[in-house]
Amino acid sequence: MFKISMNEADKLFKAIAESDTLYLPIEKGDQIEFYEYHEGANVRLDALHTVKSAKDAFLPNCETMMEFKMEGKNIEIKEADRIAEEFVVFGVRACDARSFAILDKVYLSDPVDSFYAARREHGIVVSMACNRPEETCFCNKFDIDATNPEGDVVVWIVGDELFWEAKTEKGTALTEKVKSVLTDADSEPVEKQQKEVKAIMEKLPLNSMDMEYLKDADMMELFNSPKWNELYQSCLGCGTCTFICPTCQCYDIRDYDTGHGIVRYRCWDSCMYKDFTMMAHGTNRKTQMERFRQRFMHKLSYFPINNDGEFGCVGCGRCISKCPISMNITKVIKALGGDN
Amino acid sequence: MNDVLIPKIGVVTDVRQDTPDVKTFRVVTPDGKKAFEHMPGQCAMLSIPGVGEAMFSITSSPTNTEFMEFSIKKCGCLTDWLHQMEVGQMITIRGPYGNPFPVDTELKGKNLIFIAGGIGLAPLRSVINYCRDKRSEYGNIDIVYGSRSADDLVDYQEIIDEWEKTEGVNVYLTIDREQEGWDGHVGFVPNYVKELNLSVDSTVLICGPPIMIKFTLAGLQELGFKKEQVYTTLELRMKCGVGKCGRCNVGSKYVCKDGPVFRFDQIDELPDEY
Repeated sequence: MFKISMNEADKLFKAIAESDTLYLPIEKGDQIEFYEYHEGANVRLDALHTVKSAKDAFLPNCETMMEFKMEGKNIEIKEADRIAEEFVVFGVRACDARSFAILDKVYLSDPVDSFYAARREHGIVVSMACNRPEETCFCNKFDIDATNPEGDVVVWIVGDELFWEAKTEKGTALTEKVKSVLTDADSEPVEKQQKEVKAIMEKLPLNSMDMEYLKDADMMELFNSPKWNELYQSCLGCGTCTFICPTCQCYDIRDYDTGHGIVRYRCWDSCMYKDFTMMAHGTNRKTQMERFRQRFMHKLSYFPINNDGEFGCVGCGRCISKCPISMNITKVIKALGGDN
Repeated sequence: MNDVLIPKIGVVTDVRQDTPDVKTFRVVTPDGKKAFEHMPGQCAMLSIPGVGEAMFSITSSPTNTEFMEFSIKKCGCLTDWLHQMEVGQMITIRGPYGNPFPVDTELKGKNLIFIAGGIGLAPLRSVINYCRDKRSEYGNIDIVYGSRSADDLVDYQEIIDEWEKTEGVNVYLTIDREQEGWDGHVGFVPNYVKELNLSVDSTVLICGPPIMIKFTLAGLQELGFKKEQVYTTLELRMKCGVGKCGRCNVGSKYVCKDGPVFRFDQIDELPDEY
């Protein structure tokens, strides 16, 4: 294990940015998001969450996949280049780090999505253990250890020091590149903090939420639950939950006429929107209740059925803090389980 | 790097006006070959860049080694554009997607009943021609096909010139309302199916408007058919075609990769959202 004083953290960022593009939580305007590092950036490693999750790093909000040249009756296709250079996502919380494993199950399963796969191949994840979990956190319900997140490198901030430990080959390679700014460290302060934070996690209000019933719940019984009709009532269908969610994975493919050709791009989409399933003859989910139900059924039932019981949620709590009408997945879990 | 989302170029080499709103397009690659091999019931993503991309069933049989055909009804933005195409127009094509009808397994050696309504004949035509080309491998073939009017029967010329003349193939055509010059059956498909005295040991393949499927299935059950004997093919909005974009998700299934062909006993296990 290595360490560096937080006062000198900028040296570490510079060292990383010298060889790889570095993304980390930066405050711009009033919002903290993963942005590319630059000197003088207002880096906010103290923030529990960025507004959007870290999934942009591997599944960007919007990406060009190909371009078409149209001439008369002829079409020419030009594929977009896949990313070919290493990049580092620094400060990924344990919940977001797990979301990558969930997205992998979709995008790396046959047939592999080559755009996503290239980003996964070249991306290095430096995850950051939590030292101040909040009331909205419930990652422990998904067997995520907030004090020991998944990633190529894990960092812990204890007091005014940042501790660094490589966990994978990629992480070791990155460590070699930045070693000159790090000093050897004893792991004791980290272990002490881990114990303290685990004790806090146990006491968080959502820790008592019952999710066991979902593990052997019948898909059709959940689907037909009368609770959906009560739960959806206040939903505005704004889709905010989908866009801030680290595990929401649906996308749209659209064409854009640049005036010099057609760009075909992929962007995030939301099953909360009516046009998501709209066809010439109409849509198969006509009401907001059906669309609302689809989103939660996918995370709590359909995804687990197809993925060895793994839920499509990591307990980051963003939907709890961001939904304009205070609806969120924990309310759904509680209501479906018979707990109002 | 190859990606399923990156299409190939297809060239339209023939356009046939089947009905007032259905055209059948013949598509090959620029060097005159089939874009890819498929099995009956599988689909392809066709697109006109700048307009959109959508999933269409491949109406030609895989036994056709020269080209692929798509029968497309003009009913939305992309299909409107497709209908404006002339011979020589390039489009993009990718596929094949989904599971085919089980022509080489469950359907083999069986008596088959095809029931179609309107443009619902498009995916079944692939199976019908496949079975006709491998005639000895299947039992009797009954084809019940209905449309709004005689002018709306897709592939009419092929039906009377080829299907009706194939040994062991019976074709039963019907139209919704009386029409001058039509001396065939008049009436809706579900009722006609009940009148035909079809053999209940057959396997049924059905495709058409949801309302037709609903009443036909009920009629078949009255006649003693089990849901395990009846196959259909579903259609939902799709973007990727490979079970990732999320659009065609119904229950734990994705219609694009787990379907589009389903047996009715399998459909029973899914939420009623298709």
